[in-house]
Amino acid sequence: MTHITVNVDGTTYEDDVEPRLLLAHYLRDRLGLTGTPIGCDTSNCGACTVELDGASAKSCSVLAVQADGCAVTTVQGLARNGELTALQRAFHEQHGLQCGYCTPGMIMAARDLLRENPHPTSDEVRHALEGNLCRCTGYQNIVRAVLAASGQQDGSGPADRTRDASGQQVTEEVTA
Amino acid sequence: MIPPAFEYARPETVEEAVRLLAEAGDEAKVLAGGQSLLPLLRLRLAFPELVVDVGRIPGLRGVREDGDTLVIGALTTHHEVIRDPLVRRHAGLLAAATATVADPAVRHRGTLGGSLAHADPAGDLPAVVLALDGELVAAGPEGRRTVPAREFFVDYLQSALSPDELLIEIRVPKADGWGFHYEKFHRVAQSWAIVGVAALVRREDGRIAEARVGLTNMGATPLRASAAETALAGADGPDPVRRAASGAAEGTRPGQDASASPEYRAHLARVLTERAVLTAAGMG
Ligand SMILES: Cc1cc2nc3c(=O)[nH]c(=O)nc-3n(C[C@H](O)[C@H](O)[C@H](O)COP(=O)(O)OP(=O)(O)OC[C@H]3O[C@@H](n4cnc5c(N)ncnc54)[C@H](O)[C@@H]3O)c2cc1C
Ligand code: FES
Ligand code: FES
Repeated sequence: MTHITVNVDGTTYEDDVEPRLLLAHYLRDRLGLTGTPIGCDTSNCGACTVELDGASAKSCSVLAVQADGCAVTTVQGLARNGELTALQRAFHEQHGLQCGYCTPGMIMAARDLLRENPHPTSDEVRHALEGNLCRCTGYQNIVRAVLAASGQQDGSGPADRTRDASGQQVTEEVTA
Repeated sequence: MIPPAFEYARPETVEEAVRLLAEAGDEAKVLAGGQSLLPLLRLRLAFPELVVDVGRIPGLRGVREDGDTLVIGALTTHHEVIRDPLVRRHAGLLAAATATVADPAVRHRGTLGGSLAHADPAGDLPAVVLALDGELVAAGPEGRRTVPAREFFVDYLQSALSPDELLIEIRVPKADGWGFHYEKFHRVAQSWAIVGVAALVRREDGRIAEARVGLTNMGATPLRASAAETALAGADGPDPVRRAASGAAEGTRPGQDASASPEYRAHLARVLTERAVLTAAGMG
């Protein structure tokens, strides 16, 4: 057992945990914060995305012991006094979900994007969410929700960036 | 799945980490960003007795200059590499290729050192560090040693590091004035390269004076396309570049998997080398 101190959604917890315990399991099974789901075994789906010291991380791919001394924000820590954030409201209003399984991860990943880039293009939104899979929506309304939350109400966003020769887009563009 | 049980240690110095690794022999695994190791543990493809978490050792993170060389700490995350002004100025190829790795959440935690130590030929950064003529600095019980990238990647998922060694920094000569491009061919966002090509080009009088081409996923290790590199010297336009790139798969041994046959990979290496070099040379 290893002793850890973690702040989750503003509350500090102290616990003895097995080193192999995943942060996702710690949140869900130990703290009862089941708002963070687990969708895969391969670190691909992003459903489990949380913020670890202010940056998005897949909580299934972090050991609870690695979060010792850190601050974790889950989707359950976003609303204040029952009041949803603008991004959460946008998912609701733009129909950015169907079953909702991917939604916590989508919201945490989108928060990350909007912090760095408050007015993204729709391509930038798609790239920022590339680590998050949705089996229901076809992504269209998810992208629309993120754009709406950034104040781009029509959901179409500014003109798309150019593609490079492979058809692959370069969001975090680095040029000579 | 739940990972197998293991002991956990979080050393605070390189020396302490190396001592723990040496005591554990083959039974220990270094944990850096965990973005390759955690999936392996969850799928129960790795069974270490001890996990040595080096993530908080001070001094192994960040980028500095040492004359004509850029020194990147092994624990520098992908996210930090992409944004680092020194990397962007002197090793833009590394920043550009790192931006294609995985997704933002994985890039927040995954490290350059971890990507290289993992020695996956499908990883994007081994071929890039090879093309940059980088060197890797390891710390072990006998002290430090420097291994050229050409000797670092030994076999599939096998680096020149011994089990009691820690990769501490990556040194790359500044590539000021070189054009660059990383051309990655993959099927869907966030997926690994089926083939990738890292190109660096130095031009003189409108011709390619020198070219370096690293290949991702064209064998058990990252490779240099030596025949194409030689043929590219003197190329002064798209046709000569295409002819030179036709030798890009020479000496490679690409594998077969669900995404591609060896023949298809060889074809991709030629086409992507042409594209990468033309873009790097500003001829595209
Ligand atoms: C969904 C997903 C998609 C991905 N897509 C890509 C991709 O497209 N391209 C790509 O290149 N990578 C990809 N990756 C891998 C990612 O880049 C990892 O971050 C990287 O391979 C490993 O870095 P790490 O710091 O997370 O290493 P860890 O997982 O901590 O370690 C990996 C291995 O290296 C060893 N190791 C780590 N650091 C050191 C050190 N300093 N000294 C000695 N040994 C060390 C460990 O013991 C372990 O064996 C992907 C990962 C995921 C989860
Ligand atoms: S559960 Fe799928 S990425 Fe974490
Ligand atoms: S809404 Fe069902 S997985 Fe996205």
